[in-house]
Amino acid sequence: MKIVTKTLEGIADIQIFPIIGLIIFFIMFVALLFFVSRLTKNQIDEFSHLPLDDESDLSNEKIDSFNK
Amino acid sequence: MELQKFNYDNKLSRLFLFATVFWGLIGMLVGLTIAFELIFPHLSSGISWLSYGRIRPLHTNAVIFAFVGNGMFTGIYYSTPRLLKTSMYSELLGKIHFWGWQLIIVAAAITLPLGITVSKEYAELEWPIDIAIALVWVVFGLNLIMTMVKRRVQHIYVAIWFYIATFVTVAVLHIVNSINIPVSLFKSYPVYAGIQDALVQWWYGHNAVAFFLTTPYLGLMYYFVPKAANRPIYSYKLSIIHFWALIFLYIWAGPHHLLYSALPDWAQALGVVFSIMLIAPSWGGMINGLLTLRGAWDKVRESPVLKMFVVGITAYGMSTFEGPMLSLKSVNALSHFTDWTIAHVHIGALGWNGMITFGMIYWLVPRLFDTKLFSVKLANAHFWLATTGMLFFAVPLYFAGFTQSLMWKEFTAEGYLKYPNFIETVVQILPMYYLRAFGGTLYITGVIIMMVNVLKTVKSGKFVEKEEDQAPALQIHGEDKGHRFIESKPILFTILSLVAILIGGIVEFVPMFMVKNNVPTISSVQPYTPLELEGRDIYIREGCYTCHSQMIRPFRSEVERYGDYTKAGETVYDHPFQFGSKRTGPDLAREGVKTGPIYKPDSWHYNHFMDPQKMVAQSIMPPYPWIIKNSLNTGSTAKKIKVMQTLGVPYPEGYADKAVEDLKKQAAGIAQGLRDGGIDVADDKEVIALIAYIQRLGTDIHKK
Repeated sequence: MKIVTKTLEGIADIQIFPIIGLIIFFIMFVALLFFVSRLTKNQIDEFSHLPLDDESDLSNEKIDSFNK
Repeated sequence: MELQKFNYDNKLSRLFLFATVFWGLIGMLVGLTIAFELIFPHLSSGISWLSYGRIRPLHTNAVIFAFVGNGMFTGIYYSTPRLLKTSMYSELLGKIHFWGWQLIIVAAAITLPLGITVSKEYAELEWPIDIAIALVWVVFGLNLIMTMVKRRVQHIYVAIWFYIATFVTVAVLHIVNSINIPVSLFKSYPVYAGIQDALVQWWYGHNAVAFFLTTPYLGLMYYFVPKAANRPIYSYKLSIIHFWALIFLYIWAGPHHLLYSALPDWAQALGVVFSIMLIAPSWGGMINGLLTLRGAWDKVRESPVLKMFVVGITAYGMSTFEGPMLSLKSVNALSHFTDWTIAHVHIGALGWNGMITFGMIYWLVPRLFDTKLFSVKLANAHFWLATTGMLFFAVPLYFAGFTQSLMWKEFTAEGYLKYPNFIETVVQILPMYYLRAFGGTLYITGVIIMMVNVLKTVKSGKFVEKEEDQAPALQIHGEDKGHRFIESKPILFTILSLVAILIGGIVEFVPMFMVKNNVPTISSVQPYTPLELEGRDIYIREGCYTCHSQMIRPFRSEVERYGDYTKAGETVYDHPFQFGSKRTGPDLAREGVKTGPIYKPDSWHYNHFMDPQKMVAQSIMPPYPWIIKNSLNTGSTAKKIKVMQTLGVPYPEGYADKAVEDLKKQAAGIAQGLRDGGIDVADDKEVIALIAYIQRLGTDIHKK
């Protein structure tokens, strides 16, 4: 146990880390909501179709027809 | 724009898929075995490597790291190149990853039954395997990040963010929680002790659930649910918020595993608050997954894949609602240490991870082998077996949990415990254990049916080794700002995810290790004697912590039953801590206190280890004949003392050289006492050390 405390004490000004952490935490959330609100409809459509527009999707119909 | 041609390699997905099915069956069979061992304690028939305490960790590790681990890699190696419009960065790294991971699983399957364990839940593996895990994990992460770098699409789809968060966080969790000092190749002690070790462990344990069982599977959900339903995710904006909120919040919630323990109140409160907040992103994810099927519910009726996804996502929603509820202190007072927890985690494992994996397998196998699924009917049968199996497993255990906890807490009108004898509360819930084993059997039957279906499908088709695709080369647009900028920079994105998950850890750990008041010193607390230390290592080896806690919570019912509640200062020499998380048997934190309510003499313990049912007729504890028979190995005792000294345990200078001598003296005393009572036992047996340890438990604060 002492081994860990000693190592941590060796890091300069470590006491302030939790406070910095909390500040980043809050800023991050505000920034996130701001950025998300600025995304356009086109961008959202483009992103959300990423899984669906590969060539191998052709086989989807094939497999669906197999299963019928 | 010129189109570039490239290939998707299916070989790795195929390998991981087969490994998922194989290890899934093994992990679940081990689970079924221990479920039966709880009903028939003599099932292990005195074979050490079959005993509950040793193979319960094998079950948890196999299901988490072998079944779910291989499951996530199957999906990651399939979806990542397709989402990024490129082949994986390196096939070789992928192969090293696959074979390395399987070797680690085999190593775990050998060492855990042999009792080679650190005893920290889901992190039981010893240090050489830990190092191998770290290396293989880096190989996986490197391959993933470099594939992102060479992609042909600008935007990185949200599924891949979840994969990245998984890589980064699991690396951090694994390394921080596994910092141990080796005694030998197969034995090491964690650098943390007692309550601090517990905090690090449950920060790890909780986030192993978050970042090994949840985030990668959310990534799979964001890919395979749109694929299977053939429509985009319900809300992409929600998925962005879901991602960041989830990884920011999850990492703080670990202390909710230590409510009412000796952990300082501020840390417990932090864990509760963040657990409650977690409902929001978790349900955001669930809603996003389920609503993707809007307008496609007719397909759910026909497709076993979608059915499984729906039940899987619903189970995710249920268990992520239940989790925060369980972290409320008043609910936790009732649920903790009971089968309620077991029910809760199995809604997650059988429902969420299991169903998503099965759905993915049924979707993938026909595509990988360019054929149709052998039998949709069998897949539907599997769906029903899995769903009913899960319910038969969990519902009885909920009842078992409430029942036993209420019995533990019930007082008579005169103010005495109504059920002072722990075994009464065990006998009461045994029927529920039968039902659980029945539920598990149903679930495994489903998995076996799936195996047949998969094999038949594989045989009827031809493996598609490579699939060709084409896309224009990546062109970075100049006008990107804000979140799009972050998304387009894989390395920056990885670093930000790392920062996000480090914050919660730092806020909890730094004060916990730095502020002395958090672990008030108790002057009468002394290091273990060499014999007790060896006994403690036997306790660890046998996995006693899987059924016995060493943490008396400050409730009247517990103090009355077990003795004074556990204090943080009592645990300062416990490398590793042994709080446990489940009371299948009674708490042992004050087992050695002579004036305490549960004290038993040495001879009782001796006979109890040999044949528990002789001492407590209805006990479900297995016998431990090998502890009676085996001689204690004192070869590394001196080294153990030295390692403890390195860790800050205040043995006198040079004590290591005298340790074995002291050990023998103490052992002779205990053995003589037993012989005086008519028990024929030699000084050097393992049982003597174990008795020494058990009789030491909780006694320090009673010393004058």
